[in-house]
Amino acid sequence: METARKFIKTFSNVPMLGWLIGFFAAVLIEYYWGYDYISYYLGLPKIPVLFGALIMLKEPIMIPGAIAYDLIVYVIPILFIAKVSIFFTNRVAAVLEKTPLWMSAIIHLAFFYGVLHLWAGINDYRVLIVKLTLISIILTISINVINGYQGEFSCSHPGFMAIGAYISSILTLYFFVNDKTFGTAVLSSELGPWLFPIALIAGGVAASLGSLLVAIPSFRTRGDYLAIISLAFMFIVKSAVENLNVIGGARGMGGQPDYAPLPIIFIWTILCIWVVHNFVTSIMGKALNAVRDDEAASESMTVKTRKTKMTAFMFGAFWAGIAGGLFAHVLAYINPGMFSINRLAEILAMVYFGGLNSIIGSIVGAISINVLGEALRPLELFKWIIIPLILILVMIFRPYGLISFKEINAKKLLRSKHKREQGA
Amino acid sequence: MSALLNVNKMTHYFGGLRAVYNYNLNIKPHQITGLIGPNGAGKTTIFNLITGVYTPTQGSITLENENIKGLETNEIAAKGLGRTFQNLALWRHMNVLDHIKMAHYSQLSYGLIGSFFNTTKCRQQETQIEENSYRLLELFDIKQHADQIVTNLPYGAQRRVEMARAMATNPKILFLDEPTAGMTPDELGQMIKIIRQVHQDFNVAIFLIEHRMKFVMELCQYIQTLVFGELIAEGPPEVIQNNPEVIEAYLGKEDLT
Repeated sequence: METARKFIKTFSNVPMLGWLIGFFAAVLIEYYWGYDYISYYLGLPKIPVLFGALIMLKEPIMIPGAIAYDLIVYVIPILFIAKVSIFFTNRVAAVLEKTPLWMSAIIHLAFFYGVLHLWAGINDYRVLIVKLTLISIILTISINVINGYQGEFSCSHPGFMAIGAYISSILTLYFFVNDKTFGTAVLSSELGPWLFPIALIAGGVAASLGSLLVAIPSFRTRGDYLAIISLAFMFIVKSAVENLNVIGGARGMGGQPDYAPLPIIFIWTILCIWVVHNFVTSIMGKALNAVRDDEAASESMTVKTRKTKMTAFMFGAFWAGIAGGLFAHVLAYINPGMFSINRLAEILAMVYFGGLNSIIGSIVGAISINVLGEALRPLELFKWIIIPLILILVMIFRPYGLISFKEINAKKLLRSKHKREQGA
Repeated sequence: MSALLNVNKMTHYFGGLRAVYNYNLNIKPHQITGLIGPNGAGKTTIFNLITGVYTPTQGSITLENENIKGLETNEIAAKGLGRTFQNLALWRHMNVLDHIKMAHYSQLSYGLIGSFFNTTKCRQQETQIEENSYRLLELFDIKQHADQIVTNLPYGAQRRVEMARAMATNPKILFLDEPTAGMTPDELGQMIKIIRQVHQDFNVAIFLIEHRMKFVMELCQYIQTLVFGELIAEGPPEVIQNNPEVIEAYLGKEDLT
């Protein structure tokens, strides 16, 4: 315990930039030597995609090799470079601290994206996982607005997602693709990627209009009843789509153009985090918490509770719609079965695992459940025993989730950790 | 002087139960009015009727000669009716500063778009509200608790948070529902001081429900006594104190035979 604490303390003066550079170095090592040298000499068949989890579970004999790979490629270089580079990184961080926060944040994010792009680019499978994880982050944050900040137990999220996915798919297929259901493209397909945000936003707006069907009953009911109403909404959307043969019915709808590469999804995710963060830290957004904790008191303190509830639902549904649209264009195929109870279970697991009332918690929850789900894939059926077990443990020890009631403090996160310069 | 708040012949039924009957109230600016009565007399119901939680079956309510009957609670509150609750109604996951900031809700004008994109207008207003909130915290002597979650505070401090929160809505009349419930005699003295101070500094009228006679007699300039939803006596403290009907309602009938 004592040594572990000392070990962690050694790295307390590494700024965010240092970790990013460490990660960058690790990715470079993997990029240049990962396949040709390191995995070859360790006897691994190929580069471990998800830190060797898949290999370890499939062939236990490879466990030492995979662990060694992780150490050589990730752990040691990241720790080493992060620690060694503090002279440089702390100075740069101090300079960035003097610039406006948004500029510093953008520089950090751009650097982070570059590293992530390089890391994901090593393998197509990784690209897909990263894309789906980013979409899950949007989904989890958006459901956190309703289930966490607003405190309603809403189960209609897959429904909102489906509305967004279908509306944006219909728009892109109709306008930019020669498709057998919608005929020839109306506009030139070159315009597609540029007008894609409009299609996405249209999907989001449609989802938020749909959410009114759940929001309005929420004025009168809470808790179990609203859960049932929202569950019903989800099934209504699903069976409505199943019975609409124009858009493929239960067979689904395919052929969406590939308008959602990694950078686009990354930008939407960051946008979502930024907007939701702004909202929930403003007084207007904290009204959600007030209504959740005591509705009568909120009314008496001039808070418009109906408007607040409607806002929460529409806002959450909007981002769920955006996530749905991105999802449809990543997979290039959707069917109503994708937006059913399984998806709901996944979304709820992510938000309750990560932490209510916290954006950072949602991010952690989305990443953990996604990566766990992928990493434990070789276990097949046992995966569905292990993940719920972890969830139960989290619920016992941290009833509100891993990181709850905590907001991102970008300034604190990005600041220089040089003690002498701060005059401590 | 014209009345600030005027309630005329207000009657309210819960189903077949007559909760309040023919209730009249006249609050002048800067007046402290007390409402007393045994348990279940309908005191809190009257608060809820005036503040818009329920809409009265009959009668009229006007604030500065403007009808407020039938408006939403938040609209009535924004017009200048602040209140506290009998059993503290604080937001249990929020810190003290956010409580006070939240009560400025009706003064926000940046709109949803402003809050989504953190516009300059939004930031300016939020800073201004924060400054104002700190001033209130200082006045109520809870500035040192600003960052704490409200449920971690001692009871007396929680009461003060509730008062500060009610004052942040910028009320013309402050409704206090049993402000001293569950307080020690020591805290009681403090509360009297705080109410006096609020009354002076903010120049508000106060309407309060209370059980402790000492407290009511000391603070109020005008007292109403409610029994089974009907007023049985009203007047200045000295009159009420010696009114046989009030004594009867509180202590029971004296058996003379």
